[in-house]
Amino acid sequence: MHDRIKFLQGNEACVEGALTAGASFYAGYPITPSSEIAELASIRLPAVGGVFIQMEDEIASMAALVGASMAGAKAFTATSGPGFSLMQENIGLAIMTEAPCVIINVQRSGPSTGLATKPAQADVMQARWGTHGDHAIIVLSPASVQECYELMIQAFNFAEEFRTPVIFLSDEIVGHMREKVILRDDIPIVNRKFPKVDPPEYRPYQPGEDGVPPLAYFGSDYIFHASSSMHDETGYPNNVPDNAEKVIKRLYKKIYDHRDEIIITKEYETEDAEIILVSFGASARSAREAVYILRESGYKAGLLQLNTLWPFPDEKVRQLADRAKFMVVPEMNLGQIISEVKRVVEARIPVYGVNKVNGEIITPYEILGKIKEVF
Amino acid sequence: MGRTIFDYIIEERLPFFWCEGCGNGIIIKAIAQAFADLDLDPKKIVIVTGIGCWGKADDYLATNSLHVTHGRALAAATGVKAANPELKVLALMGDGDGITIGGNHFIHAARRNMDITAIISNNFNYGMTGGQYSGTTPEASVTSTSRYGAVETPFDVCRLAQAAGAPYVARATVYHVNLLEKYITTAIAKKGFSVVDVINVCPTYYGRLNRMKSAVEMMEWLKISSTTNLSEGNIAENRFAIGEFVNEDRPDFTEKYREIQRIAREDMTKLEEDLGGR
Repeated sequence: MHDRIKFLQGNEACVEGALTAGASFYAGYPITPSSEIAELASIRLPAVGGVFIQMEDEIASMAALVGASMAGAKAFTATSGPGFSLMQENIGLAIMTEAPCVIINVQRSGPSTGLATKPAQADVMQARWGTHGDHAIIVLSPASVQECYELMIQAFNFAEEFRTPVIFLSDEIVGHMREKVILRDDIPIVNRKFPKVDPPEYRPYQPGEDGVPPLAYFGSDYIFHASSSMHDETGYPNNVPDNAEKVIKRLYKKIYDHRDEIIITKEYETEDAEIILVSFGASARSAREAVYILRESGYKAGLLQLNTLWPFPDEKVRQLADRAKFMVVPEMNLGQIISEVKRVVEARIPVYGVNKVNGEIITPYEILGKIKEVF
Repeated sequence: MGRTIFDYIIEERLPFFWCEGCGNGIIIKAIAQAFADLDLDPKKIVIVTGIGCWGKADDYLATNSLHVTHGRALAAATGVKAANPELKVLALMGDGDGITIGGNHFIHAARRNMDITAIISNNFNYGMTGGQYSGTTPEASVTSTSRYGAVETPFDVCRLAQAAGAPYVARATVYHVNLLEKYITTAIAKKGFSVVDVINVCPTYYGRLNRMKSAVEMMEWLKISSTTNLSEGNIAENRFAIGEFVNEDRPDFTEKYREIQRIAREDMTKLEEDLGGR
C-alpha cells in the first residue's frame, strides 16, 4: 500500500477513513446532507466482504450498530439533525453495553426539519448530552476533507480502545465541499482488546487497568451477556446502589482519565497571540482566514481549532486564556462551545461570540467585524 | 449429541423472577428443548431481548445474549445476524415490546427476511409496568389503561407477519406445550425470518382485570378459546387460531447479500485493473 491522492467530498472521505480503519458494517437511514456516506458505503463495503444495510429508521440503525459491534464488526452510521435525535436512545445503549461504534452527524440547521439542506453547528450539546443519564462521550469534529479522513480513523481507534460510541460531528459545509485529500496509510489502527482469560472466567464488564473491559464477540469461545440495564461485571442485572455508582463512574472515568490522549486540537499563530479565536468545523476555516488577515494588519491573533469537542479541552483553553486579552468564539449556533470556553476562562478575560443561525457560513469578515467592535 | 435443556438453562439463576402462574417459564423450557433437539452449540446462539417481563428471558439462558432497549430487539438482532451470519439469532419479545413499540422493526425484519427467530410472548398487556393495553389487546378487554374496555382493534401477530413476508409463521399457546415446542423447533431450524406467536397468560393483570381469578382459570380459557381451524381465529374476539400459518422456503437476506458481495468484489477488481494499478 501507498498513500493515494484523491479529490473528494468530506462525506466521501469519511467512508475512506472508515474503510482504512477496518470498518465492515454500516447500518443507516438516508438523510440530507449525509446521504453520500450511505451511498458510498453501499458500494464499497460489500466489495471488502462487509455489509451495508439500510434500516427502517435511525432508531433501528443505531440498534443494529450495537448488534454488529457485539458480533465483532467495526460498525458505523451517518445521519443528520432529525436522524441524530432518533439515534439518541440507542447511543445510550452503546454507552451502557460498551459497544464500540462510530456515529457521523453531518449537522444541518434545526430545530426539527429546519433548513434541511443548510449547515449549522447546533448539535454540540446534543452530541454531549443527547442520550439520557450521566455518561461520557467522545466527540470529534473535522474542518477539512483531510481531517474527515484522518479523524474518522481516529474515531474508530478511540471507539475500539475505550469500548465506546464515538460521535463524529461534521457539518454540511465540510461534508459537501471537495478538496484534495491524501489517503495516508501510516496511521496506526487500533483494535479492541480481546479477553485472555479462560472462557468460563470471562466477565464482559470487568475492566482492565485502563478501566476498559476486554471484549469478546458473539460466536467466539467466550459466551457472554451484554445488557442495557444496570449490570455488574458479569453483565447480569445488579441493582445494588454501590454497583450502580461504580458502573456509572467507571463509564465516565474510562473516558475522562484518558483526556490527554483523546483531546486533539490544532493551533495557528497562537504563540504570541493576544486575540485568541476558538472554533471548530466549517467555522474554524473562516476563523483561520480572519487570523491571517489580522496578522497582516499587525494584530497578534491566533486560532485554537478544536478537533475534539468532548471531553472539552479545558487545559488548552486555559493555557491560551492566560496569555490572551480576549477570546472570540465563532460558531454556527447561538452559543454552545462559548459556554464551555467561559466556564474554563472563569471571567478572567472577556469572551465574545460570533454566532449565525441563518443556514449560511460565518465569513472571516463577520469575525473581523466583531473583533473591531470589541477591540 | 446428547445435549439436554440443562445445557441451555442457567440453573443457578432459577427460580424465575416472573409472577406465580406466568407462562414465560413454559416458553423458556420450550426454547431450551428446541435447542437440545437441534443440538445447537450454545456459543453460536445469540438471544436478543428488549424490555418487559419477557425481556428478562435472556437472564436464564446459557447462550450469548444482548439485552437492549424497549422495542429494538429485532433491530439489534439484525445487526448481529448481518455481521456474523453463522450465528443462530433469536429475538424474544413481548406483545408490547415486539409488536407495539417495535412494530416497525417487526414488519421490516419480516420483509427483509433476516434469518432470525422471533418468539412473541403475547399476554395482551404490559405486565412489567402494571398491565396497560398493548397493540394485541383484544377489543373490550379491561386493562390498567382501558378501564372501560379497549376500543382499539388489535394486531393479529401471525397475519401481520404473513402479510409482511415472513416464510415461517405459527401460533401456539402456553397450554398447548407440545405444539409450542414443535413450532419453536421448526422456526429455529427454518432459514429466514420465523415467527412463533405464543399466547400467554398474565394472571396478575390481564387475568385479574378480565374476570379470570387464577392461572388455572386462564389455562382453561386458552383451552376453550383455541381452534386449529385457522380461518376461525379472531384475536379481537379472543378466538385464537393455533397452527402453522406459513411454512415456505425463500432465500434469506444473508444468502442474497453474499451474492451482492461477490458482484461488488468483481466490480472493484475490474475497476482496479482498468485504472492500471494506479
